[in-house]
Amino acid sequence: MAIGERILATFKRSPKPPKSPLQRHETRWGLIFLAPWIFGFLVFILLPTLATLVFSFTDYSILHVSETRFIGLDNYTRMLSDPIVGQSLMRTLTFFVMAFPLAIFIPIGLAALLNSEHLRFRRFFTTFFYMPYMVPLVSAVLIWGGFLSPTGGWMNRLLETIGIQGPDWLRSTTWVYWSLLIVGIWGNGNAIVTTLAGMEGVPRELYEAAKMEGAGSFATFRHVTLPMISPIIFYNLTLASVGLFQYFLEPYVLFAQAGDPGGSTLFFPMYLFQNFFQFQEMAYGAALAWVLFLIILAFTAVWFALRKFWVYEAERE
Amino acid sequence: MPNTEEKMKKPNYFSSVLNKRMRGWVVGGLVTMFALILLLAWLAPFGYMISTSLKTQLQISDITAPLWPAAPNQVEIEGQTYDVFTVPVGEASPAWFDVNGDEVQDPDEASLANGDYELAIVERGRESSKFVDPNDAAAGAIHWVGRWRTLSTAWRFEPQWQNYAEAWELPSRPFTFATLLYNTFAIAVLGIIGTVISCTLVAYGFSRFRIPGKGLLFGLLVSTIFLPRIVVTVPTYALFIQFGWVGTWLPLILPHFFANAYNVFWLRQYLMTIPREMDEAAMIDGAGPLQILWFVIIPQIMPAIITVALFHMVFAFRDFFEPLIYLSSRPELQPISVGVQQFNALFGQRPELIQTMALLGLILPVLIFFVAQRAFTRGIVYTGVDK
Repeated sequence: MAIGERILATFKRSPKPPKSPLQRHETRWGLIFLAPWIFGFLVFILLPTLATLVFSFTDYSILHVSETRFIGLDNYTRMLSDPIVGQSLMRTLTFFVMAFPLAIFIPIGLAALLNSEHLRFRRFFTTFFYMPYMVPLVSAVLIWGGFLSPTGGWMNRLLETIGIQGPDWLRSTTWVYWSLLIVGIWGNGNAIVTTLAGMEGVPRELYEAAKMEGAGSFATFRHVTLPMISPIIFYNLTLASVGLFQYFLEPYVLFAQAGDPGGSTLFFPMYLFQNFFQFQEMAYGAALAWVLFLIILAFTAVWFALRKFWVYEAERE
Repeated sequence: MPNTEEKMKKPNYFSSVLNKRMRGWVVGGLVTMFALILLLAWLAPFGYMISTSLKTQLQISDITAPLWPAAPNQVEIEGQTYDVFTVPVGEASPAWFDVNGDEVQDPDEASLANGDYELAIVERGRESSKFVDPNDAAAGAIHWVGRWRTLSTAWRFEPQWQNYAEAWELPSRPFTFATLLYNTFAIAVLGIIGTVISCTLVAYGFSRFRIPGKGLLFGLLVSTIFLPRIVVTVPTYALFIQFGWVGTWLPLILPHFFANAYNVFWLRQYLMTIPREMDEAAMIDGAGPLQILWFVIIPQIMPAIITVALFHMVFAFRDFFEPLIYLSSRPELQPISVGVQQFNALFGQRPELIQTMALLGLILPVLIFFVAQRAFTRGIVYTGVDK
């Protein structure tokens, strides 16, 4: 069962089992085995999430922990008068709008190519398209920072050979987003390979049936492959949405935390990070984090709500 | 007669099969070609990294330099070093051998055929210069008409391996790259121990025991995959500060002892494919849950456990955010990711060293991936796909 379906399954009640001594013994042992996760969930997820909310109503800072006071909604009203909040949120939204379709369609396109019956050496190609996913973020950013550099980088020299004058990828406020997108897509091998695994899992009979019906390869892809892998697309799409709203580490490394060029990569999570760890405005950062959390949650809820219109659900046992 | 009809059809049938085959070859070739071009572009950044990491700073700033690691070609003739240039010889820029050290009156006698020559410059002049053939200095000086400043430098392949030695030493740090490597491995191995133990226990609990509300708990577990980590960062950081653990490895290791959604999900998927008969047989023989886990389950899910360990190893090399916030004040405890990033900030003007560091940072996870490819692809198939 794909991961996405699990979450919905949560809300479906399981029938109450009758209790016997043997059953109680089993339950007790089961809970013992689950204990590490239950403890971890409480201490590292549930409590911190709630604590962030509590912090956001205080003036907490590690500089003066003992004098922490409740200040009500001050952190939230402060956001309204802080111009950077709106600006950075707009940047994050802009980047999201640019990156989201690519994060969905490029892995599908590449997976379709790798799954093509016409392609020779499929394992070889799959291995190498996936490989950049193994490259640690910092290394990937350093490589691309050099590769896209107009002095000494290869990108513009390669473009020159086909007669294109390349832009200043990293110092132009319009091109920098495209540069970040390229880096992101390159490292997104996991989405490619999960999509590919989904395509390989589509039962052969379905393709044969489509052939009998006289469907061409495009129609087959559209009406057989895509619906069958829609749970995986859904999973990758939801993860991409969650990830893009938290996106800031790549520009953070690339521009040594400065938000260059001209503040265009000072994304909302980076501003939040600055408040946490540079300005020591932890409570304000917590308020920003909570706002971001709600935005992400809202988007995730929308994806789950839209799910029934396009995600194919296999019958359950 | 049906026989004759069949005979009529046969050649047709064969030719259509042949046609189909031909078409298959052509389409296959085209698709593979396309994939190959795409792949070359996809991997070009690695080429850039490797090449740049072996260059001199001088070559990187020279736009006429080749893409591969090279140095301006120089030759030594009779104890003197001379630069080598690519010298075009043609109608407008003839060249000829000097005879007896003096210019010959009739250039035709000893002139060079048209073409490009790699020659060492021995005497620079404004409108004409003197060269020698580095391979045949004894043949005498060559007189070339033209401006030597317009000539392009001849390059020879010369990788700068000492960049790796220099990067390994981590200039400006009191320790070497070996320290970062040790830190990364130590954090990774301790994390692997934690995640393997805890995730195996939890996956076992989820797959083999009837627990009221199990579906709800499992849904909760899986939904944490979609939880934005940013929302737990500050209180967790504050908690670790209270414990005095900021500036130690504990915040990077300890949480892995409490299981995580990805690994539990995938171990559980794997466990579900293993029949229960053997558990039941062991139970009838009087084995308790722990004994069943140790003697029956773990040997069967070993491949899955190895996959979990490998993915965690790669994760430990990738992880940047948490080491950054917890170890920013302790460079000697940092893993490769953070160490390399700080190096980048310090050495913006040394692209060749930055690329060397990038390569040092990725070489191990990439090697692990190639060695254990099967385990990685197995992991993806089980986590991503409905089985």
